[in-house]
Order: sequence, then structure tokens, then C-alpha cells
Amino acid sequence: MTAIAPHRLVIVGNGMVGQRLVEALRERDTHRSWQVTVLAEESRQAYDRVALSSYFDGVTAAELDVVAPGCYDDERYALHLGEAAVGIDRTQRTVETSRGRVLDYDALVLATGSYPFVPPIPGRDLPGCFVYRTLDDLDAIRTAAERATAGPGGRRAGMVVGGGLLGLEAARALRLLGMSPHVVELAPRLMPLQVDEGGAGLLRNLIEQLDVTVHLGTSVTTIERDRGRLLATLANGVELDLDVVVFSAGVRPRDELAREAGLAIGDRGGVLVDAGCRTSDEGMFAIGECANIAGRVYGLVAPGYAMADVVADRLLGGDAEFTGADMSTKLKLMGVDVASFGDALATTEGALEVTLNNPVDKSYAKLVVSDDAKTLLGGILVGDASKYAMLRPLVGAALPGDPVAMIAPGGVSVGVGSLSRNSQVCSCQAVTKATICDSIAEHGLTDVAGIKTCTRAGTVCGSCVPLLKTLLAESGVTLSTALCEHFTQTRAQLFDIVRVTGISTFTELVERHGSGRGCDICKPVVASILASLGGGHILDGEGAALQDTNDHVLANLQKNGSYSVVPRIPGGEITPARLLVIAEVARDFDLYTKITGGQRIDLLGARIEQLPAIWRRLVDAGFESGHAYGKALRTVKSCVGSTWCRYGVQDSVALAVELELRYRGLRSPHKIKAGVSGCARECAEAQSKDVGVIATENGWNLYVGGNGGFRPRHADLLITDVDTDTLVRTIDRFLMFYVRTADRLQRTAAWLESLDGGLDYLRSVIIDDDLGICAELDEAMARHVQTYRDEWAEVLEDPDRLSRFVSFVNAPNVPDPSVRFVSERGQPRPILISGPVVEVVR
Amino acid sequence: MTATTHQAGTVGRGVVTPDSTDLPALDRRIAQWESICRFDALIPERGVATLVSGLQLAVFRTFEGMVYALGNQDPVTGAFVLSRGIVGTRGSVPTVASPLHKQVFDLRTGQCLDDDAWRVPVYAVRTRGGVVEAFVPSPVSAA
Repeated sequence: MTAIAPHRLVIVGNGMVGQRLVEALRERDTHRSWQVTVLAEESRQAYDRVALSSYFDGVTAAELDVVAPGCYDDERYALHLGEAAVGIDRTQRTVETSRGRVLDYDALVLATGSYPFVPPIPGRDLPGCFVYRTLDDLDAIRTAAERATAGPGGRRAGMVVGGGLLGLEAARALRLLGMSPHVVELAPRLMPLQVDEGGAGLLRNLIEQLDVTVHLGTSVTTIERDRGRLLATLANGVELDLDVVVFSAGVRPRDELAREAGLAIGDRGGVLVDAGCRTSDEGMFAIGECANIAGRVYGLVAPGYAMADVVADRLLGGDAEFTGADMSTKLKLMGVDVASFGDALATTEGALEVTLNNPVDKSYAKLVVSDDAKTLLGGILVGDASKYAMLRPLVGAALPGDPVAMIAPGGVSVGVGSLSRNSQVCSCQAVTKATICDSIAEHGLTDVAGIKTCTRAGTVCGSCVPLLKTLLAESGVTLSTALCEHFTQTRAQLFDIVRVTGISTFTELVERHGSGRGCDICKPVVASILASLGGGHILDGEGAALQDTNDHVLANLQKNGSYSVVPRIPGGEITPARLLVIAEVARDFDLYTKITGGQRIDLLGARIEQLPAIWRRLVDAGFESGHAYGKALRTVKSCVGSTWCRYGVQDSVALAVELELRYRGLRSPHKIKAGVSGCARECAEAQSKDVGVIATENGWNLYVGGNGGFRPRHADLLITDVDTDTLVRTIDRFLMFYVRTADRLQRTAAWLESLDGGLDYLRSVIIDDDLGICAELDEAMARHVQTYRDEWAEVLEDPDRLSRFVSFVNAPNVPDPSVRFVSERGQPRPILISGPVVEVVR
Repeated sequence: MTATTHQAGTVGRGVVTPDSTDLPALDRRIAQWESICRFDALIPERGVATLVSGLQLAVFRTFEGMVYALGNQDPVTGAFVLSRGIVGTRGSVPTVASPLHKQVFDLRTGQCLDDDAWRVPVYAVRTRGGVVEAFVPSPVSAA
């Protein structure tokens, strides 16, 4: 039997919707009946345009990528970046590309998206005028803003034309770029498509407090050049001096290819398609923002995804139909929660509105219900959208209670049980409660990550994640929080037990609160807790047996059984004389030498019996060995700061040295890294650290919860423009609160994400002192600072501890024959003389 | 001595408690008792590396005072580091965890409890006059 040649599919456009079609086919075209070619006008593959604004929060282009890894490694799927479709020949069934190629197709899908509508205002093409659509647009806006703010003069201003959802995001971006934004909206309120008068009024109040000026019910008449800046004149006569103008006045379908090809086009644009997303040409489909379905063009991603799924089904012989889509929206605009769902503007005949406007705690909530007050039709939440995840899936369903009580503060809490199995829990990916519950049961899912992988729920806007957690809990999944088989408690609970009872040994703790004799999981945890609370040398008494080999030997175990030593160089600042000492030690002990990412010098290949001699040399020269191996503060990295750098605004080195000496030796649930940058250029990469400090003209900004490594995360801004004392006090509390409450091996990034209430909660605890524990945290840190001692020097002074640093207890003078080195690039490299026995499975 | 009585055990698997005088039935031409170290040199719930007849043995003392000896080589990585692992229990089984990748081994049998494929050699040990001895093959050079 010969294989049937696959049909040829050309997808024009690689936005989120076009990519969704590719993913749907990859998943469902199990017979591999389609050969897929994707033409992408942009030079980047599909990225998350919904989260576009997060680009200004430091999210990288790579992080916005939505293409599944390996998607285009399959020979059946080809993506051509920077190659647009320029013409379609419907009789020949060919597409011509911008590179002059002509591709045959059996089916063609238009996923060309939309373009920003720019009102015909004189001056709209002047330099400094932008649209807000692609990453390239954002780069251009950033460049212009930086050029403007770098120049002399006062605060710079930008104008956003359009006060819709995207316009407000653009305003936020301008603010992040250091400008004062103006928003000009023709309608009498902000977000006119999603929010009513009452909600928009509160929204306006909230964002005006954030240095955004709102001009409603007016438009821009002209934009002119004016002494190197721009001058905008509004219809109401107001004149604005500006540096940047961003147009965000809606979008229009990209339907020009279809027009030229003679396809039917809607009256107000958009390629007309039927319920199967098929155009007036049998062989062509249109999906997403370029499609006009039943007279309507959808500008959100959820309907686009639904259309992509319909077309995938049709291409595989199915008869799926687009049945409308959820137009719900939830977003955070400049820290203000806004949610709109269902028939938010109460357009249904006879609809009733239940409104709760609370100017005191700055929240607005409205539910739209049917004329008999029995069915929820939609709603609007501004200021506090925490009820969104629960309310939105109830749209169309019977109201589970009194609508007033459902939106009242402290009112009825609606349970996930009131959702029917067909309710959409994730509206972005159109995933129902049934699908999620079935996946949990079938695949034995135990966490949100598992649900995301199996169902895609929660992967776009994330607003349903709290519901996913509830569904997990209600499916009977009890996540064991036991530390290990010896302790049913979590690390945080054990910490509290030790703190409250004053227990000072592992034996007492395991006998009174655990079972057995412990393991490699609980023993180092308990050792760390005891060290955090007790003080004393970490190898005192029973402590020695609890430590991982790194803490036991006070150095970092390498793959061949040798250790590395990383002398502490606080802040990365070192004198030439000390640098010489390190060089001499490395030379005399023949250690492999490498500069680390944390501005230290790693000396590798030390035998266990050599460690005391190495420390002796370092201690005599004024070093200590450093905790490069431990669950403790590793390094505080810094740039040279204002002392030398012509851009620096504060002495970042002095602060880094101070912080490193303050927090060294603090035992914690996982390693802690810190960084101090002397200006906003951020050369110390502080935002990728657990604790990151960036100098400002007025003091310091403190960022927390950053991470590099496997899952990079930018740190969150905790406090701004504080003096050094406030900064240090806040870091004290942050670290101590983390040490007390985090799970084993949980970095601050994961810890912060797991905190119920997140950053706001953290602020309430360590800044507003809502729990009343700040004095305790301060005292704990003061005790740590006072009791810190050089652990390596102490070993050198103690013959008993020294006696453990031998190769063999019965042959202390014989070096371990298995630790061998060869020379590579002029340095030692470890070799295993007797390699592991590897069983090869054939 | 804090030792408790323990089954004499089969050769190569079992464990001889401190002060035990029972010799396992083993071919004495290829193995003999060798002194390793003083019992007092062992820290409870910690191991030491020893060099005996050219072999590296990891010798452990448990909380109860039992002594066990395994080959010191971690079979997973090939490095001679098992003596530096954390000693504990899994259920009622006394264990050590490799300090490199944390695989856990039964101190009595050398069996890896996380992966059936791995097993390390076990040596009989006893304590006489406060000195720990291990029953190990004679060095090749002496044969």
C-alpha cells in the first residue's frame, strides 16, 4: 500500500490564533494528512500579544513566545518568518509570497489578524507617533521614551489616543518608561466597551491618582512639531506638550488579501465566513481578528482560539461550528483590577442591574441578572476582581443566591460546587469544569501545573488558576505537606515547633514530633532550623550528623569526591594583595580556578584533607571561606556604583559589602542570592536575585523574589526610594519571614508566588506589620548578626573537628587514590579512575 | 558498649555486632579480619572512609550503636563518597543517602532502595576491645 500524498495547507499569519491552529492540527491530525506551511509577516514566531504590555515589566520576547518547543521540527510543519503572503490566485490555488515564491495549496487559512486604526489626524505620521501592536512597536516606543527622558528638562509626557483596554495598558507602559501619560477618549467614559458609567468613574479616579491625566468626550484635532517636541491640540481646546504619542483607538481586520482575491467582505471589514469559518471560497477559511462571523469581528483571543479549533476540525473532516464566544475580560491596569463578563452592559431585554459602589474601599461591583432575577447574565468588577473567577462561569446559570449578597464584602461566598459540569472554567482556552475534573481523575493530577499541561486551562490569562486549585481540592486531591516519612509537618510548622518549644536537638524533635531516625531530607532541614534559631557552630554535638556533606565539610562536594572552596569576597570587591593570596593558594594546592557568576573565584579539586590547610592560608590573609555551598546567603553582587561609574547615583559597592557581612551565614530554606546596582542600568542584574537593590536619585528601590536558573523570574518591586536604614530593615524582615515560613528547597521566587495574597500580603506583614511580628523578625536578625562567627576559623582552632578532615580514618596520610586529575588548558581536570557500572539496555 | 545483639547474618550480607566473636563461615584463604579504627572514632549517624587491604570501605555507626560497612564507591556516579552521606532510616531499615544524587542504600544489604539496579558490596564488621574490624579479602599482592 502506498502512502497517500498529504494535502497542502497554507496558513497566512503566525499570530496566536494561527499558531493555535497549528497546535490543534499537531494534536489531532494523527493520520498526518496535512502538509502545513505557515507564512509569517513578522520576523518573530507567534508570541503572546495579550501579555504584550508585560514586555515593559521586564518579561522578555522569548518568554512571550507561545510556540510549543519542537513544533516546527516536524517535517510536516514549516514556518517561514519574515515572508508575507502578497497575492492569492484562487483558480490556480496558489499563494505568492513576499520572497517571490509561489506555493500550491489545497486549503488556505487566513489568520492575518488586524491592524491598529489610526484616526486621520493631521500630524499622525510625525516622528514620535506610534501604534501599540507588535513587539517592534514597543521597542520603538521604549527607544523614543528613553531618548526623551535622557534629555534635559522636567518630566516628560506622552499621550495615548484611545481609552479602551489597550489604551490604558499603553498609558501604563508610558508611566513605566518614566513619562506622565495623558489618555484621550472620545466616549464619555474609559473602557466604554467593557465597563459602565459607575465602574469607569471609579477606574478613572484610581488611575488619576497614578499620575495619568484623563480627557474624556474629546478627540485630538492636530499634532504639530513644536521646539523639538510635539504639540497636540484637543477638540476641547486643551493643548498638550508631548514627547510620545501612541494610537490605540481600536483595530481593523487585515482583509486586504481577501479583498484582492475577490472574497466576500463584511460591510465594516473582515472576511465573511460561515459558522464553519469557511469564506465565500470553498477552499479558504478565515479565523481570528480578520474574520467577520455573523456580522461581527472579534478582537479577543478566546473567540480566535475557538475559530482555530473549528477549522482544525473541518480540515480533518468534522463539522464543528463556531457558536459565539465569551467576551469576558479581566486585567490589572496599573494595579487596578478590572473585570467584565457576559452581558456586562445589560443589553438583554428586561435585564436588571444590581450595583454596589463602595468609594471607601474603592471597589465597584455590578451583576446583571435576568428580569426574573434568577439567571446571571453578566457583570463588572472594578477595584477588587477577586470574585471574577467564581462569577464568570456562572453566566447563563441559575443564581445560587441573592445577587446583592454575592457581591457584598464578606457576603455569600459562591462555591465551585455551584458550577455545572458544562461551565467554562477557563474562557481563554474554552475548558469546561467537566474536562478539568475528568483530567484530574484520569491522570491522577495533583497540582495546577499538571492541569495546565493536560487541559491548557489557566495558560493564557491565568485568572482561573484559583478555581483550578479549588477543583483540585474538591476532587479529593489532598496534597501531602509532610516533609518526609519522619515528619508529617511542613518545614514552616517544624520551624514554629522549634521556636516555641525551644527544642535544640534533632533527637528530641524526632522523638517528640516525628518518627524513625530521619533521612537526607529532614536532617538538613532541622539542622538549618536549629542554626537559624539557636546559633552555635553548625558542627556542634549532634549537629554534625545532620548536615549534608557540604555543610559537614564546609565546602562544596564535586563529582569526583573532591571539594571546591570559594573565598568570601563581600560585594565582589578585592584588593590586589588578597587577589595574590588566592592565586598563591590555587597554585600551591594545584586547584582548578574559575571566575563565578556571583563575582567570586571558585577553587576546585581540593581533597578533604587539604581543606584545613587551605582555610589556614585564607584566614591568615583575612579571608573567610564563604558559604558558596550552603542553603544560606551566597553572594551579594554589585556594580562599581557612583564611586567610579559616570552613571552611578549611589555607592552600590559599600551597600553590597554591608549586606553581605550582615546576612552571611544566615541558614535558610534554600540558597539566597542578592545584588546591588548603582543605577537603573542594572549592571548587577539585581532583578534576577532573591534580594535586589537598585539605586535611585533619592535612595534605593528594593526588589524581591527574583530568580535565574531553570525558571527565571524577575523580582517584584517591594519599596521605592527608601534610605539605607529602611532598606536594610525591610530586607531583614523579608529574609527572616522567608526563613520562617518557606518550604524546604523553596527559593524566594516560588515562596512569594505561593503566598496567599502575594506581594500585597508580604507588604502587609513586613511593612505594615499586620501580623504584629516585625519586632520579632527584627530581633531575630539582630541576634543572627551579633552571633555570627567564622565557621572555618573555628574548625581550625578545634582539634576534634579538625580530626574529621582526613582521607581515611585509618590512613590519614594516604590521599584518596580515586581522586585523580589530568591537565586540560593548563589546569587540573578530574577523572574517575573507576567509572560507574552502567547497564546498557538494548 | 551500647551495642545490641543482632543476628549473626550470612556472609557478605549480614552484620556482626560490636564485641561479637562469631566468625561467619567464609573461605579463610581469601578473607580475614582487619582492624579499621577505634569504635570511639565513629560519630553516631555518620560514616568514615577507611582503607583496608587496598579497598575503600565506608563504615557507619547508627544511633543505636550498630556498625555497618559498605563499599565506599557510589555505584551511580563512580565516586568514592558513600561514607559522607546522611545516615537515617526508611521504615525500620537503617540507611545512608549518597551525598551526590541522594540515592538511598540499605546499610544491612547494600541494596539501593530507590532503584533495584544498584547494589553496593557489604562487609561483615565486629568490634573487639573497642576496635572495629572488617572481614575483607586479602590484598591481591599478598596472595
